[in-house]
Amino acid sequence: MSTGPGPRPGGNVIEASGLGKRYGTTWVLRECTLAIPAGRVAALIGPNGAGKSTLLNIAVGLSAPSAGSVTVLGGHRAGSPAALDGIAFVAQDTPLYKNLPAADLLHLTRNLTRRFDQTYAETRLGELGIPLSRKAGKLSGGQQAQLALTLALARRPRLLVLDEPVAMLDPIARHDFMATVMTAAASNGVSVLLSSHVLAELERVADYLILMSHGRVQLAGEVAGLLASHRVLAEPAAEAGWPAGRPVPDAGRGTAHARLLVRAAADDPVPPGWQARPAGLEELALAYLREPGAAALPAPPVTWGAETTEVTR
Amino acid sequence: MTALTVPARPDDTSPRPLPWRRMAWVTWRQHRFVLVGVAALLGALAVCLWLIGLQLHHAYAAAAACQPVNSPICQDLFGSFDVMDGFLANGLILQAVPVLIGAFVGAPVLSREFEAGTFRYAWTLGFGRRRWTLAKLVPLAIAMTAVAGLFGLLLSWYYRPYFAASNPTPQTPFFPGLFDLCGVAFAAWTLSAFAIGALAGTLIRRVVPAIGATLAAYAGLAFAAGGFLRPHYLTPLLTSNPDVPGSAWIVSQWWTKDGRFAFAGRPSMDLLTQFCSSVPVVPGKSKPSVETFAQCLGQHGYTEWTNYQPASRFWPFQWIEGGWLLALSLLLIAVTVWLVGRRAA
Repeated sequence: MSTGPGPRPGGNVIEASGLGKRYGTTWVLRECTLAIPAGRVAALIGPNGAGKSTLLNIAVGLSAPSAGSVTVLGGHRAGSPAALDGIAFVAQDTPLYKNLPAADLLHLTRNLTRRFDQTYAETRLGELGIPLSRKAGKLSGGQQAQLALTLALARRPRLLVLDEPVAMLDPIARHDFMATVMTAAASNGVSVLLSSHVLAELERVADYLILMSHGRVQLAGEVAGLLASHRVLAEPAAEAGWPAGRPVPDAGRGTAHARLLVRAAADDPVPPGWQARPAGLEELALAYLREPGAAALPAPPVTWGAETTEVTR
Repeated sequence: MTALTVPARPDDTSPRPLPWRRMAWVTWRQHRFVLVGVAALLGALAVCLWLIGLQLHHAYAAAAACQPVNSPICQDLFGSFDVMDGFLANGLILQAVPVLIGAFVGAPVLSREFEAGTFRYAWTLGFGRRRWTLAKLVPLAIAMTAVAGLFGLLLSWYYRPYFAASNPTPQTPFFPGLFDLCGVAFAAWTLSAFAIGALAGTLIRRVVPAIGATLAAYAGLAFAAGGFLRPHYLTPLLTSNPDVPGSAWIVSQWWTKDGRFAFAGRPSMDLLTQFCSSVPVVPGKSKPSVETFAQCLGQHGYTEWTNYQPASRFWPFQWIEGGWLLALSLLLIAVTVWLVGRRAA
């Protein structure tokens, strides 16, 4: 059940063009251009300090860009009233008013938002076994994260933005948290954008991937498309040369056990002497992260017919 | 990147702002302990002051009604009034009340949100962060000013005997420790302290350093206002009559001889020994009175000039001080709201 307007087909939940953010003389975000379509669970991956939080803070209107522009929910200015209404943000470490009981946090959120599904929130907290009278600061880390997520989902957002939501959680709490997110995405059609510095926990849930490093977007696209357009070349025969003339993110330079991630479609010819197999998402992400210079977006069309990664549908 | 060609839609379809009363509950819920705490502490202090004040007023009334005034009994009554409360007489302790409110109520309002990161939650909820800031600061500022205003009324009553005309040694109502406790100044200083605290909290974003900065900034402002601004709210009156009323606030004094400036302040010991070594010492006093020296120097061609603020200017000065402090507070709160609006996360 969705009380808010659902994501409009074809709309982008976030569009950024030439986005940059500078603190003093340091650019923490540079020339960031991307468009995340609605209805996706998008994973924003990158090492610590890659600019993920900065990008998210700009998208939710907490921070103003130093360069470029960003719009959300199909053309609204980030941070505008319409944008605030449609986006629920769970910041890093899920900051909540620790001295307020859960019931008062519901009351506070209900008061300061245009839409709030009190029944959902109370039911959900009941399912989670979080007493309404318990102060947020007295809850376990996992319960605090679930409470923050419940407050966010009860707003019936069109876009749910989560900054490192599970970084501080134990494996069971991680699993439960992600299950709640996936349920919301599947049953309510909420678009989700979540950041993490580890891909493993997002691999099963994300269907859109944005890879960032050193303040730049390195790779962005549908997971299915990315996987279809890359494959791994491995186990080179002794006489095999390095595949030449291609953008080749490297996944291991050892000569005997060399593995190369190459951008190629399934029916492309395999270079002589190499075995080809489909790439896994983590493998793909790691390969790009190891080569920050490789295949930044948007990728130019490749002459030998491989699919380019696409950021739009 | 074809999808990037959609132009940003102007926000003319933006929803109506949420009503202010929604935020009222939030402000109350988040700050009710501090509000109740301030009210309780000042209330307890007020009861103490009231009880002491009643005795003070009784003692003063008894002394003032005593006839004849110069009889030893009456002198004793005034003497016992004078020593009644050595603790609060100079107002030093109560001077700290506004700045404590500023530091412990004003400074944490925003700095705690920054320190705990909860501003990220509050600012993304849809109330609008500038309005959120206003809805927190304005009611708290009004509440603190109102409480301080009531407390200031009590203090005005408490210190009234000291300024009374029938007091043989009347205190000037401009006395540095008392002027800002009486009338509207107490409430105005409390409001300024709150606004300084709010701004410090926004600039520093940490609770404890913001409290420290508030204390320092307030102390500097109070010192500057009392020492440099207040004497010049209105041009002081000038007189060569050595008999300036005791309730007047003497801003500066200097001496001239034959129409030329001789020296400022009090006459030096050398001068007194030169001209006035023969001035008789009144029995029972350790040294000759100032008036006696003035007469003596007057006989030698010296004239004493006094710049002073008469006690009748008390209320104009109160309104001037209250006015500029109110303007300053509004400015500080406006700057705070503006900073919150442009502050990067």
